[in-house]
Amino acid sequence: MEDDATPTLEPWQVMGENLEIMTGGIPWGRRMSFRVTKLEKGRVWGVQPWKERLVGDPDTGVIHGGVLTSFLDNLSGMAASSSLEKARFVSTLDLRIDYMRPAEPHREILGEAECYHITRNVCFTHAWAYHESRDKVIAAAAGAFAINKPRSVESLRKF
Amino acid sequence: MADELLPSRAEQVQAFLGRTPFAQEIGMRCEVMGDEMTAIMPFQQKLIGNFTIQALHGGAIAAFLELTAMAQVYLVTEHLERPPRPINITIDYLRQGHAKDTFARATITKMGRRMCSVRAEAWQDERSKPVTSLLAHFKVSGD
Repeated sequence: MEDDATPTLEPWQVMGENLEIMTGGIPWGRRMSFRVTKLEKGRVWGVQPWKERLVGDPDTGVIHGGVLTSFLDNLSGMAASSSLEKARFVSTLDLRIDYMRPAEPHREILGEAECYHITRNVCFTHAWAYHESRDKVIAAAAGAFAINKPRSVESLRKF
Repeated sequence: MADELLPSRAEQVQAFLGRTPFAQEIGMRCEVMGDEMTAIMPFQQKLIGNFTIQALHGGAIAAFLELTAMAQVYLVTEHLERPPRPINITIDYLRQGHAKDTFARATITKMGRRMCSVRAEAWQDERSKPVTSLLAHFKVSGD
């Protein structure tokens, strides 16, 4: 029986209240220094700062494509799990990244991901990385995520 | 004589990895054998993506594979002055990466004049049980 007196929060609402734990709790996420800045149901925004240690081209100072892969993978995974009705982990099945133009050195990169379709077992996502707006994309990603077994909404708080 | 003074392409690949901060960040090394190479990413705690199951972060493995593919292409494209730029990559997460050393090898499927297609695989205990595979296209025409 549902208890009407205490409305249960949906997973995305709990995730939205705990944005810092969501990325800060992952060693690789901390090392990459990306942050999630905003979260709605099935939609996530984040920032990837420029760091010397993330440079992939020592001659230009542009950060490595692999940093964008990690960033967009993480944002896409969060967009996928935030779109679900029950708290579940998702795991990346595959991810395709198109590199549209090089990132500019010494500038932070903004990212955005959305889950555009859900089936019983799989979430499909799109994600973009850019400096100013989606009109000038640095990299675009398409992902598929497997939906794992349900877990308690509470467990999202102590990620 | 002059040839002996110039660094070989294998040395240039090693030098590139050595002075690229991100390759150092993931701790990548590689062993070059003629036109082939095997890359190694020793385990480090910072590569973890999930504490509870002690699994490597998919993004770290993907970055390692992308660097492996890039280094393999650079190794065999003597005309390129700088490592090739990626056009796109597709990553297939096959198995969970555990908290241990990861190895990778890349194969060039098609070398064209402007672009090339590369496949790379990362494994841990058994070469026949890859953890992650990658398909990438690189631009190989000098700019």
